[in-house]
This record gives sequence, structure tokens and C-alpha cells, in this order.
Amino acid sequence: MILSKIFKNTLLVLASCLVLTACATKKVDTVGGQMQSDVYTGTDTVEYLADGVPDRVFFATNETVLTTASRETLRAQATWLRKNSNINVVLEGHADERGTREYNLALGERRANSAKDYLMTYGISSDRISVLSYGKERPVDAGSNPLAWSKNRRSVTVKAN
Amino acid sequence: MKKKFIILFLLLILPIKVFALIEVDITRGNLNPLPLAVSPLSIDNKSKKSFEKILKKENIGSEISTIVENNLRTSGLFNPLNKDAFLQAPEIANLKPRFEDWNLIKAQALITGKVTYVDEKLRVEFRLWDVLAAKEMMALAFTTVPNNWRRVGHIISDKVYERLTGEKGYFDTRIIYVAEEGPKTQRKKRLAIMDQDGANNKFLTLGNELVLTPRFNPTSQMVTYLSYFKNLPRVYLLDIETGTQEVVGDFPGMTFAPRFSPNGKKIIMSFAKDGKSDIYTMDLENRIVERITNHPSIDTSPSYSPNGKFIAFNSDRSGYQQIYIMKSDGKNVKRISFGNGIYGTPVWSPRGDLIAFTKLHKGKFYIGVMRTDGTGERLLTENYYQEAPSWSPNGRVLIFYRETKTNSKGEGFSAKLWSIDLTGYNERLVKTVTDASDPSWSSLLSN
Repeated sequence: MILSKIFKNTLLVLASCLVLTACATKKVDTVGGQMQSDVYTGTDTVEYLADGVPDRVFFATNETVLTTASRETLRAQATWLRKNSNINVVLEGHADERGTREYNLALGERRANSAKDYLMTYGISSDRISVLSYGKERPVDAGSNPLAWSKNRRSVTVKAN
Repeated sequence: MKKKFIILFLLLILPIKVFALIEVDITRGNLNPLPLAVSPLSIDNKSKKSFEKILKKENIGSEISTIVENNLRTSGLFNPLNKDAFLQAPEIANLKPRFEDWNLIKAQALITGKVTYVDEKLRVEFRLWDVLAAKEMMALAFTTVPNNWRRVGHIISDKVYERLTGEKGYFDTRIIYVAEEGPKTQRKKRLAIMDQDGANNKFLTLGNELVLTPRFNPTSQMVTYLSYFKNLPRVYLLDIETGTQEVVGDFPGMTFAPRFSPNGKKIIMSFAKDGKSDIYTMDLENRIVERITNHPSIDTSPSYSPNGKFIAFNSDRSGYQQIYIMKSDGKNVKRISFGNGIYGTPVWSPRGDLIAFTKLHKGKFYIGVMRTDGTGERLLTENYYQEAPSWSPNGRVLIFYRETKTNSKGEGFSAKLWSIDLTGYNERLVKTVTDASDPSWSSLLSN
């Protein structure tokens, strides 16, 4: 009986801990409303390939997984590329400054390929897509803070011709 | 060009065996640097005038001794004493030091010497004295073309270092690195080379394309590096004497992270394709390409053990970057880093017993060393961002680069070279004419 009470109390404490950490995480993650769990969601740096076709997608730290928003952007790019079959693109993959140079080159390549794979599943031929990694060499934001890093973890679709 | 680097050993007075009382403790770093006196090399008036005309240096004797002094001080193991306190004139000290005088200023060792102009050449003789034992420890002479005067200073430093520590020196060496200029978002990068002490800086590329990670061939004046020539990031081979260069291999994608094998006959590097990076080698004689790893992860930053039998590399096959070693044929892959954080850029020490690395833990970057089985991890330095250690040829000092944190406006970025002793003492800024990164230390030029 007493044991179960202790157990209950512990659970309560644990639960409140969870709530607290959740709050703390949320605060950090929404710097100026431009980040969600480490991924940049703002539009400061975004350029457009055509009306309603953003040129870039963003990634979480050390990640190459596409977010829902990224997939939406890439579907818009695929639609635009199907309509403009004479245009080829280069996918430029980038990393933030918080990694070693050589690993970041590989990471940028993997990010660009992650975008390339998605474009291909939406019917864009691999012949039309080339991949170029810049690693941490070409940040768009020179800042040394989580928001700047989130803008720099990106794959940018650039017209090749 | 090659001739310029050959120093003629015309006369070699063998070191006289004595029971040296001086012993430099090299296990502890710079806690007690050995006090020594570097007397300016003496020079006769006629020679002085000749060198002044050729080299535009007023007194080449003191210039050379200044190089020796700076080298020994920079090592952190020696404390060259202030010349103002010297009681004996250089020309007399070189003949026969009055040991009581040198003892009085607490010098335990003394370097003296003489420069002369002979047959359009520079002739230097120098002696190393044990002040307490009142004995000569070493005497050597070199003859070379006058333009090599800085190298003479470095060779003297190496000889003194070796005689007093029992280890080879690292002063007659060069550093190849990436010179950086411009804003952080659009850095202009050029290959550059300089003497280990920062002198004789020379740019090797114009900066039209991005260049990264140059590395010396341990056996020749060849360099391998990554260039974005025509926007195709590929590993290149460059002969720094002739300036000729070529792409290494014929890969349908990015090759990067190159390094030479210890015998200089192979290049080991990563090739990235379809989101995975694997390690390959190319034999420079028969151009045969071999695949060493085959894994869906990122395998990069390969570095051979000095005997060529093993390769250290970093891989994220466990989920995060960690250090692995394997046999040179790719078999027996074994993870060796198990501490907290992520580990990258393993570089095998020229002595073979340690691996230097970069570690990222809780938002800080560390340069550290561990044994080749991953035990005995020692972190030497902590900073906002630093990476890419490269060993001095004697395995005593690490050079690496460090980048500064920018302010809220993104201002204040800089990249600089730093060196640190294996013990974690004697951290020093290595001065460069521009910002700098990706340093690679050459082997000893003379041996």
C-alpha cells in the first residue's frame, strides 16, 4: 500500500519533469518562430525558382531526413521541373560549421542526394540532376548560433543551364 | 629549384663523446625550460660586407643565431637567455668560452659559431657547449649557397635539439596550408606554403577556385589536396617544385580527404556517391584504384599507420562519427573511440603509438590523443571550434586550425593556425600573413 503510494508519487514527479523538459525544449526550438525541433522553418534566406517554388530545403543537426515541409518544397520543384523539361539542376548540399571539414563534405553530399532521391520519385530523371557538396564552406548566415546554423544546413536547387 | 634545398655538408667534425650533464626532460613539456645562451655567430668584416651585399642583411651571423634562438624558445623546452647579459664577445666565445661567465648568467648550455664567405658560399661552423661540465658537446660545419641562410639556422636548431633531447628536431620543415581571405560566407582560399617558423611564405594557387585539405607526401615535395576546379570537387596531386598538377583517378563524383601512404606511393581518400562515402586508394605508379571500405555510412578522413599496415578513419556507421581502425586491405574494422561525444580526423603519429583526433562534446571542440587501441584518451586543448591536427615529423608537436565564434551580427570571424605540445603544454599561435586553416607538416627537409 505504502509502496504503491511512493510509486505514484514518483510517477507524479517524473510526469512533471517530463512536462518541464518539454516546455524547455519548446522554448529553445522556436527561436523567433523560425525553427522547429532544430530545423529552419523561416523564409529569410529562401529564393524562388518560380512563383511558389522555393529553392531550398533545411535539415536538422547531423540529419539528412526530409521534413514534411521539405517534401512539399521538393514536390513543387518536381512539378516545376516536369513543366520545364529543358532545365537541369544542381543540388548544392551544405552543412553547418559545427563539424569537421571532411565529414561535412560527405554530409552535404548525402543531404543533396536525399533531395535528389525525392525529386526522382516524383518523376525527374537523374540525368537532369547533379549533386555538389560544399560542406561547411559556403554558409548563408555567418552567425555562430543555433538559428544561423539551421539556415546553413540545407540543400539548394540551382538551375544548371 | 631542387638544388636550392640541398645543403652541402663539406666538413663534418664528429661530435666528441662526453658525459653530458645536461638533460632536457621532454616528458613534462615546458615546466622547466633549459636556460641556454645562443651567442651571435661571429663574422669577420670582409664576410660581413659580402653577405650584406648579397642578402641585404646587416649581420648575417646574428640573423642566423636569432633563428636558432626563436626555434628553441618556440619548442617550449628551452629558455634562450637575453643577449644583453652576455659577458663574452662572440668571436672569443667561439674559440674558447669562459665557462664561469656563462655559468654566472645561469646558462647551462651555450651555442657559439662563426660565419664566413668562402668561394661565393656561406660557411657556418657552430659548437654546442656544456657549461657546467665545461666541455664541448658537438661541433659541426656546413657550406651552402648564401640564400639558404635561414635553413642553416633551422639545421643548427635541429642538431642542438637532437643532441639535448635525444629526439630528432622538426625545425628544418615546412607547412602547407590553406590561406583564407574575405567574408565568412564567401571565403577566398589559396594553397600556401611557408617555413615552419612562418618565413618564406608563398601562395601556390590564385584563389579562383575553392581549395581544401592539402597534405604533404612524407617522402617528396608532392602535395595532395582537394580542388573545386570547374565546380568538380576532386583530389589533385601537385608537384610544388614544378607546379604541375593532375586529378587523382577518374571518379564519377566527389573525391576528398586525401592523404599519402607513409612510403608516398599511394593516395588514400574518400569517394562520395549516392549519399555514401567510402575509402579508396590509388597507386601512383600503376594508377590502380582499390576500394577499401564498402558501407552505407560516411567513411572518411583516412590516415595510415607509419608502417602502412593499418588505416585509421572516421565513420558514422554507429549513428555518429567515431574513430575506427582496420587493416590496410579493409579487413578487421574495429571501433576504438568510445568516450562521450563525436570523434573525427584521426591522424596516426609518426612514432606509431598514438592517434591524434578532433572531438566534439557538449558544444566544444577538442584536440586530443589516444593510443591506437582507443585507451589513454588525453584532451590537449578545448575551444569553440578547432580541428584537423597534423603531427610534426618527430611526433612531438601538433599543428591544427581554430576558428572564432562570430558575434550576433555574424562579425569577428577568423581562422588561425595553432600548435601545441603533445603534453598539452606550450600552446602557440602560428603566425601567418593571412587567415589560415588545414595545416600539414612536412618531413625534415635535410636528413
